[in-house]
Amino acid sequence: MTFDLPRARIEPPLCAPHAAACHGFLHSLESGAAVDGPGMRFVFFLSGCQFRCLYCHNPDTWKLHNGREVSVEDLLAEVAPLASFLKFAGGVTFSGGEPMMQAEFVNATAREIKARLGLHVALDTQGHLHARVADDWFDPIDLVMLDIKHIDPERHQALTAQALKPTLDCAARMVRLGKKMRIRYVLVPGWTDGADEVARMADYVASLGPSVELVEVLPFHQLGRAKWAGVGTAYQLSDTPTPSPDEAEAARAVFRARGLIAC
Amino acid sequence: MNAFTETSINRPLIDPWEGFSEGKWREMIDLRGFIQENYTPYEGDAAFLAGPTARTTKLWADIAALLKLEREKGVLDVSADRPSSITAHDAGYIDRANELIVGLQTDAPLKRAIMPNGGLRMVEAGLKAYGFDSDATVAEIWTKYRKSHNQGVFDTYSPDILAARKSGVITGLPDAYGRGRIIGDYRRVALYGIDRLKAAKQAEFHALDDAVFDEATLRLREELSEQFRALEELREMALKYGVDLSAPAVTAREAVQATYFGYLAAVKEQNGAAMSLGRVSTFLDIYFERDLAAGRLTEAQAQELIDDLVIKLRIIRFLRTPDYDALFSGDPTWVTEAIGGMGEDGRTLVSKTSFRVLQTLYNLGPAPEPNLTVLWSVGLPRGFKDFCAKVSKDTSAIQYENDDLMRPKWGDDYGIACCVSAMRIGKQMQFFGARANLAKALLYAINGGVDEKSGALVAKGLTPITAEVLDYDEVMAKFDLSMDWLAKIYVKALNAIHYMHDKYAYERIEMALHDRDILRTMACGIAGLSIVADSLSAIKHAKVKVIRNAAGLATDYEIEGDYPAFGNNDDRVDEIAVWLTETFMKKVARQPHFYRGATPTQSILTITSNVVYGKKTGNTPDGRRAGAPFAPGANPMNGRDKKGFVAAGASVAKLPYEAALDGISWTASATPASMGHTEAEQVTNLANCLDGFCHAGGFHVNVNMLRRETLEDAMAHPEAYPQLTVRVSGYAVNFVKLTRDQQLDVISRTFHASM
Repeated sequence: MTFDLPRARIEPPLCAPHAAACHGFLHSLESGAAVDGPGMRFVFFLSGCQFRCLYCHNPDTWKLHNGREVSVEDLLAEVAPLASFLKFAGGVTFSGGEPMMQAEFVNATAREIKARLGLHVALDTQGHLHARVADDWFDPIDLVMLDIKHIDPERHQALTAQALKPTLDCAARMVRLGKKMRIRYVLVPGWTDGADEVARMADYVASLGPSVELVEVLPFHQLGRAKWAGVGTAYQLSDTPTPSPDEAEAARAVFRARGLIAC
Repeated sequence: MNAFTETSINRPLIDPWEGFSEGKWREMIDLRGFIQENYTPYEGDAAFLAGPTARTTKLWADIAALLKLEREKGVLDVSADRPSSITAHDAGYIDRANELIVGLQTDAPLKRAIMPNGGLRMVEAGLKAYGFDSDATVAEIWTKYRKSHNQGVFDTYSPDILAARKSGVITGLPDAYGRGRIIGDYRRVALYGIDRLKAAKQAEFHALDDAVFDEATLRLREELSEQFRALEELREMALKYGVDLSAPAVTAREAVQATYFGYLAAVKEQNGAAMSLGRVSTFLDIYFERDLAAGRLTEAQAQELIDDLVIKLRIIRFLRTPDYDALFSGDPTWVTEAIGGMGEDGRTLVSKTSFRVLQTLYNLGPAPEPNLTVLWSVGLPRGFKDFCAKVSKDTSAIQYENDDLMRPKWGDDYGIACCVSAMRIGKQMQFFGARANLAKALLYAINGGVDEKSGALVAKGLTPITAEVLDYDEVMAKFDLSMDWLAKIYVKALNAIHYMHDKYAYERIEMALHDRDILRTMACGIAGLSIVADSLSAIKHAKVKVIRNAAGLATDYEIEGDYPAFGNNDDRVDEIAVWLTETFMKKVARQPHFYRGATPTQSILTITSNVVYGKKTGNTPDGRRAGAPFAPGANPMNGRDKKGFVAAGASVAKLPYEAALDGISWTASATPASMGHTEAEQVTNLANCLDGFCHAGGFHVNVNMLRRETLEDAMAHPEAYPQLTVRVSGYAVNFVKLTRDQQLDVISRTFHASM
């Protein structure tokens, strides 16, 4: 199954390197997230994503201009009042959408957050665009939460409308750079929960070695369903069930059997 | 002949204070001194705790069966034939052979007493609503011979107070029910025994023998006589159960029993809106430690005593009307127990018994009462923080209040009356003032004092705004006058209420367990903080057009543009909320007279009357529709806190405690799964959030950890969820006892768009 979806054509705004004045597009923010990185996270959901995952629960973040235009200073002003709390309780996470769609803006913001507030910074990404940025782009990122949607290239293409390889290259690069990683895997009945699929994914993640500190197996849910109404594309997973807690645990066990920590 | 003509002091044969410190507390009534010199701080974790014994489980099962019957009938039984008093009823038991701690309000569990001193009409309405007959003699006495508090108040109310009360710009006034919010120091009964307490009251009385016999002195002397009598009645009450309270308690079991008897006498005598227990855990722990060290008690037995005490506290009942329950939600008693906190010397006041009290939520299952209130401090031991967070996660039954804010103000032996009101135990009381509806006051500013719902002129002397678009400066100028009017009426009403309550429904036994000379506060309150802040923000930052009806009355508003809403950590509106809190407090404090020299304070707390206030208030300029619930307490308006609960908490934490010394309530809800992938993460994250909120100066938070499916299923199948507990603005409630409106309000507040 393939999808005739246009690649995102809007080019993200460019920033001068490390320019605090540059602008980006923010979909929304969440000051108290506890499942988007270690501890309590202040999460910036940036708009724009070139993936079209069938199970996407934030399809309203696909288009860059669905967000509001904000500056680095705007984002700093949101985080700064909570910095003393985030310092001991967690940190900041860039999510989306796909934050690397706005690589320069994210980098400029992350550098300022590090420099001025000294907070832990996590990046929630599918890694597809990593080749666009230099190694030092990752300097202000303490943790990469890499979403691998599927381990089979064809199924990945069918599920996300994009190729798998750039994501796996990104994983390899993070290993080379010595970045801590959390791998996120969404368990979708009929799509990603086959025994063979899960086993191959677990084998692959295990091969990445100690860079991977945690595997998060996230059961598919239907809470994003209502958001599909506004995106002009049919939601194909309306009959897909939510995996039971036992099924999610069984998938986690496959990762654990390879020495990985999974939750 | 007054009450002080004779007193006998029978010295016990054994020394009940053996092993306790030699301190000033031996010479004078000084509970704090006793605790400080004798308690054992506990810095460990929850591993030592014991589960329920078979005895405990059976006793709770007996009660659970009765609770089921009660839920079906509304009220299980009423002792309608006699007005309640400390000694009105014979001893009653759940299962005599199996109870370690004894004592019921009447002669049978869940059988409610009547207390007509508050008002006969309330009693008769309550009886009628649940299908019970009134007693003709009781009716005759309280019609022909004895005046009630309620009658006294209405004998003095002015027309402006009556109009404000009717329109709902002031709501919930304790003019037809017991004011509550007084905490007797029930620990004194255990530590000193009745004889000693009576002797102390006698000394206080005679110290006034040469005082000028003005009205204040005469009132005090009469009250001291009543207090003395009430102590004697407490002894008689205990003797019906075969317990002699004359001398101090010797064992842990006696200490728990004596403390409970002190409390029981209070709830036999008063149907107060909130009847807090105080801060007994670490006091009792001293007795537990002494018995454990002597080998007289095991951990399982210690836990049993606490479990048994908590069973008794869970079945405290009052006869109230369905209207009252709709205002306050469910059938609340606010048996608030304050747990933990830090001492002024830096040692934690957490003891093993602090853990044991929380453990009852596992041993007996979750319940709204007693209202377990953790005094949170950044300095609390890690083990206690983690246990609290775990219990919260599992039961939603704990509220948290900032000890680091309260301790500098009230010392380290304060309790919490009702939901959020701190007071030094035995040394302070409050005159409960319900609350003023500031959202309605804003509408009066726009409509020149004419009520937007009834069209009646309620606030005289105001002029309406006639412009099509609301001008911020004009609104602020008129709102200022409207708040002046409101503060004046409000304090007049409270002066009348508390004068009459002292006169006709005096809390004899509760005040007998206080010092003679105490601090009194007059606890005013405000409702609608976030609505007014958002409305003013809309008027200032967007464009608000007025829509008027044929009579020229502003009945709706049209907002063009966006405005910053309270709850997003945005100073542009948060500063308005701060200003509002400070301004109304100043207007209250400026009033010329407070009954009995009370110090005015203020709370930002609505309990669940946020739903009722909403019904009484028309469309507001923030876009809220007429009839829609207010946000509870100091909460942001439902769904407008777009940045998540940490930002919302940061906004609430900006509200200055100095201008709201009666407490600022915030209710935060989340699903367990949203607080972390694993239980350990959830516990750590929650504890860190509490530290963060406390550190930011936040005052109070109710923590709910709920699943939407659970609540929806409980609405459909209430019989399957008898113990499902949710926290709402300052206290916990059985979810299945809420009205349907309140249930829907809880669900929509808990789970909004981001879920």
